[in-house]
Amino acid sequence: MATINKKRQLGRQVSIVGAGLSQFGAFPEKDSRDLFVEAFQDMVESMDQGFDIEDIECAYVGNYSSDLFENQGHTAPIVADWLGITPIPITRIENACASSGSALREGVMAIASGMYDVVLVGGMEKMTNLPTEGVTDVLASAADGLYEVPAGLTFPGIFGAIAKAHMDLYETNLDHLLKVGIKNHENGALNPKAQFQQTITAMMERRKARAEERGQTVPGWQTDMDFLNDAQANPWIAWPLRLYDCAPITDGASCVLLVSDEIAHNFTDKPISIAGIGQASGKPLHDSDELTSLSAAKAASQQAYDMAGVTAADIDLAEVHDCFTIAEIVASEDLGFFAPGEGPRAVDEGRTALGGDHPINTSGGLKAKGHPVGASGVGQVIEIYHQLRGEAGARQVKKANPTVGLTHNVGGTGGTCVVNILRRAS
Amino acid sequence: MASEFNSTAFYNKLKEERQLVGVKCKACSYLSPEPRPMCPECHGFDMEWHQFSGKAKLNTFTCISVVPVLMAKKGYGRDKPYCSGIVTLEEGPRISARINGVDGNNPQDIKTGMDVILDFEDLDLEFPSLAFRPA
Repeated sequence: MATINKKRQLGRQVSIVGAGLSQFGAFPEKDSRDLFVEAFQDMVESMDQGFDIEDIECAYVGNYSSDLFENQGHTAPIVADWLGITPIPITRIENACASSGSALREGVMAIASGMYDVVLVGGMEKMTNLPTEGVTDVLASAADGLYEVPAGLTFPGIFGAIAKAHMDLYETNLDHLLKVGIKNHENGALNPKAQFQQTITAMMERRKARAEERGQTVPGWQTDMDFLNDAQANPWIAWPLRLYDCAPITDGASCVLLVSDEIAHNFTDKPISIAGIGQASGKPLHDSDELTSLSAAKAASQQAYDMAGVTAADIDLAEVHDCFTIAEIVASEDLGFFAPGEGPRAVDEGRTALGGDHPINTSGGLKAKGHPVGASGVGQVIEIYHQLRGEAGARQVKKANPTVGLTHNVGGTGGTCVVNILRRAS
Repeated sequence: MASEFNSTAFYNKLKEERQLVGVKCKACSYLSPEPRPMCPECHGFDMEWHQFSGKAKLNTFTCISVVPVLMAKKGYGRDKPYCSGIVTLEEGPRISARINGVDGNNPQDIKTGMDVILDFEDLDLEFPSLAFRPA
């Protein structure tokens, strides 16, 4: 038997040359195919040197559950039809909330294999058709339906259990969690595509003003922490997680155009190259080695760091999977930005804010930008793409000339993790 | 060769025998409360039933206020959260379970590390779930 060479390098280099995002929010009149077209139009209209849609040779779309959310299976060819790109091959990738992270990886490998030069990848999710209980059930089906769900565990419940374990093991407290949300809303307030374009303080003031207009007792909140610690304003979802610890239910879509490096300059003078990709699988939380870490995130990031030839210290900024505030803290430790247990203090010290040394979730993250689950992985990549090109506007990171960015996209409660490292071509 | 180690058998044993019965790998002695036809450690296929004592310690937990449809039908919700968590069985492995006999409205009074034992008080015969209560 021949020796297996686990070199895990791309056969050739791949770049991103265009990116598009739909508006994130609740859009009762739109189906997921319409959201995808909206993202695609945003991409087409922002391509530096334009491009011919007929050049797309292949596509991958991430989608968690159009089946349960929209009663529509086999969604990929519908997208191809709506874009008018049939008969090119298009494949739906389902890895829960990491669906489009995995779709991007398939697209990168399709080009790296030499099979194609131009591949469209993206994701979409239409979630707001169902009431909250229904969405809770659909998301819970990304956990183990035989041994986690019958135990009453929901998606927020499993991350609540992770938060409790983190609080037991380290000095993590409820305020640390809330501060992650405050920071992400501050960033989201600067993102015109975000579902919540308001700081927590602005949301608090709006509620006070509304109470005053209606002649009701005006709540006595003085600070955003007063507001967030009010159980009426910020109810428990799955203790120790409250409403403002959870990413919202969102409709949205995302897409990027991948091309082989050799032709990237036909599309733009500022391509962003895929320096490293990693993907790993993990077990249900109760079978995991640690309850305060996602093993798949550690494994996927190690693959991506190795491929890119960088370490955590080289990462200028990151978009991480903050489906819950605790998930951002755990991610910042799993990725090696901070030592285990040091994530909460980094939040306290502002190190993950726009002006910090490790900016995280400049887009507003899933918390404020929104979390249309199948679209989120590529949505993260789009934020890094704009940041590395220096075109993120008011939310551009403060450090000069960021060159290396990372995305961390989790499926389920850690069953899948996809990590990408992007680099601005010099 | 059909395997007898599956979730149907697990929940049947829970309902009918009121026992937590999982599997042991005959080759490497790997234990799992989840009946599996294959050992994830040594990758062998020779498993046997293994009865767990039902004694455990509470490892971590959550109290859920926004509940799934099934739990809403049982009266749980914002006013009446329920507790679920992860326990470490006396024999070593961990498993997810409902935690009964604690107050979901007062999570600060629920102590991780406490001894718990199997509980069948609230067992739903149609949708059975593994449950523990303070020992």
